[in-house]
Amino acid sequence: MEKYKMHILICGGTGCRASASELIQSNLENALKAKGLEDEVQVVTTGCFGFCEKGPIVKILPDNTFYVEVKPEDVDEIIEEHIIKGRQVMRLLYTDPDKKETVSDSKHMDFYKKQIRIALRNCGFINPENIDEYIARDGYSALGKCFEMTQQAVIDIVKASGLRGRGGGGFPTGLKWEFASKNDADQKYVVCNADEGDPGAFMDRSILEGDPHSVLEAMAICAYTMGADIGVIYIRAEYPLAIERLKVAIKQAREYGLLGKDILGSGFNFDVEMRYGAGAFVCGEETALIHSMEGLRGEPTVKPPFPAESGYNGKPTNVNNVETFANIPVIINKGAEWFSSIGTEKSKGTKVFALAGKINNVGLIEVPMGTTLREVIYEIGGGIKDGKKFKAVQTGGPSGGCLTEKHLDTPIDFDNLLAAGSMMGSGGMIVMDEDNCMVSMAKFYLEFTVEESCGKCTPCRVGNKRLHEMLDKITEGKGTLQDLDLLRNLSGVIKDTSLCGLGQTSPNPVLSTLDNFYDEYLAHVVDHKCPSGQCKALMQYIIDPELCVGCTLCARNCPVDCIAGERKEAHIIDVEKCIKCGACMDKCKFNAISIQ
Amino acid sequence: MAKIKLAKDKIEKLIDICKSFNNEGSELINVLHQAQHNFGYLPAEVQEVVARELDVSVAHVYGVVTFYSFFTMVPMGEFPISVCMGTACYVRGAEKVLEELKKHLKVPIGETTEDGKFSISCLRCVGACGLAPVVTIGERTYGRVAAGDVADILKEYQN
Repeated sequence: MEKYKMHILICGGTGCRASASELIQSNLENALKAKGLEDEVQVVTTGCFGFCEKGPIVKILPDNTFYVEVKPEDVDEIIEEHIIKGRQVMRLLYTDPDKKETVSDSKHMDFYKKQIRIALRNCGFINPENIDEYIARDGYSALGKCFEMTQQAVIDIVKASGLRGRGGGGFPTGLKWEFASKNDADQKYVVCNADEGDPGAFMDRSILEGDPHSVLEAMAICAYTMGADIGVIYIRAEYPLAIERLKVAIKQAREYGLLGKDILGSGFNFDVEMRYGAGAFVCGEETALIHSMEGLRGEPTVKPPFPAESGYNGKPTNVNNVETFANIPVIINKGAEWFSSIGTEKSKGTKVFALAGKINNVGLIEVPMGTTLREVIYEIGGGIKDGKKFKAVQTGGPSGGCLTEKHLDTPIDFDNLLAAGSMMGSGGMIVMDEDNCMVSMAKFYLEFTVEESCGKCTPCRVGNKRLHEMLDKITEGKGTLQDLDLLRNLSGVIKDTSLCGLGQTSPNPVLSTLDNFYDEYLAHVVDHKCPSGQCKALMQYIIDPELCVGCTLCARNCPVDCIAGERKEAHIIDVEKCIKCGACMDKCKFNAISIQ
Repeated sequence: MAKIKLAKDKIEKLIDICKSFNNEGSELINVLHQAQHNFGYLPAEVQEVVARELDVSVAHVYGVVTFYSFFTMVPMGEFPISVCMGTACYVRGAEKVLEELKKHLKVPIGETTEDGKFSISCLRCVGACGLAPVVTIGERTYGRVAAGDVADILKEYQN
């Protein structure tokens, strides 16, 4: 890297790519060439910077200038002003929404201030398609260190670090490794679960796109401790960019002798292959994932036997999630004590969250366990979009629950989230404002579960369908108070009797909304009203006679002729005939029509 | 086994795909990915050939094809439209975009327009939540789509 005087880093994550970051990159390269600067300034495509809301992001080194919302046509100005004349392009800098000041270095931005990046350490710093850059940042040194230790010593470090599985369950990783290492067999497997199915969570994708070697290195370390020589990455087919980068990384690691036979002269053999998911949420469950790897329907099976005894091809298998793996090399390098000094008593280290929904700063963040929801939503996330009121935050995806105002000061960790009626899950965090109807939200998740239930066990297959029907009835305004009791009862049965984690947690969105937003359910059932105005069947368009001037525009545009009234007199909507298309409201020039 | 009606070159292509995975039954999902990549969809005939080549039952292949949402047994449109219905897109109004698309194209989800041009499907999170709501058409991704943008987007593909 020394060869160049300056580096221009550009985000090549999925989000920024969708906003033309590739074109920006080629424009930059062409513009540099035209000025004869291609030997002095290097353009590097990196993984996700995390600040997706303001993408595409371009960062200039060594001065750490952080440009946001860059467009392909801004390139010439960046080169001319910044690279050649050394003056920052002020209009492309981030403006702090509170102080109204521009901030040029990401270190001083509220979005980054509270973050500690361990799993995301290299995302947005290195070119993920160049193994040398990973190695320059201590890459593969942890693997080398492990070869000088006994297998048990490595496991002990992971155990002492307190690292818990980041995929959702929160099972202690070191313990899992120990189980797999103690089962003797002629063949063992390490599996990386990259089947990130939780809608709204994209941390695994970003790690694989931004730092694929960290996962490969950790898999090799894990394989060393348990005596496996084959690793398999099970990844969603919907992540083409991550797949591509992994392929490049595997190839480079093989060329460097970091995968393959006799790695670093240790006599240890390990290689990695890839398997592709085909769109089934349940495959995130480890037994289902293993069946899918075997070419079968991804249906879960009863544990025990645990994969550590009998997993892929009936052999001892250790399955960890991408983010869990990404933490491993750092733990080995910096020690268990360092890692366990971060976080809360029972949840150590950091957690990556995908902040999305009605929040100002959508993006990927990594914070120490124990950070409060308020800090995440208001300080890092910049508060609610368009100055609306915060209503709820959904964590843990379809298996999690909705947390409200009263939970905002709860320190986030595995146990606190569970106690609050939600769960950590893989780290999706969807923020909702006053316009989101919580009954519809519960219905949305159940729709997801119904579609994704594999159908093997009855409580999940039939029970969730019934829950969904009841929720549908409520949003149509046909629900009864009895339905609310029934929802709760059936939810309990599904939780208690389902075979795998999918069914055992699928009623959580229903239960948590019933607990925290019972009034909203009551409004739907008793008053036949949707307080947030989202449930179409419960909406009523009305004309304010004070504001209506009788221009007849609405009546002429109504497709079902349900608006009556004489010219220059206030009009009236026949609610029985109204199909709630909203055409009248769009046309009205006097804001006389509103939804109730 | 029923007589297979696929064109000869297509059968050969399929046999090649199976061979490239050593005709192993455990490679079924990878084989199907490749087959769908080549044929665009997985009709019954394709499944029959795959079953024969990998020496598994047709029922097994059908079971796998219908289990995973990525596999489809009906041909997609020339421009397959997918609306992200992940949570982040949903709370930012993906449903309205979907309604608007259905209204314009006059086909339900999972089907293809009569002229074979467009098909509509929903998918769960492409991971571009910063751009929610997201619609993809073929390889192209459209971010921050509002219901009002739908007509203009479709116009790009009309000619």
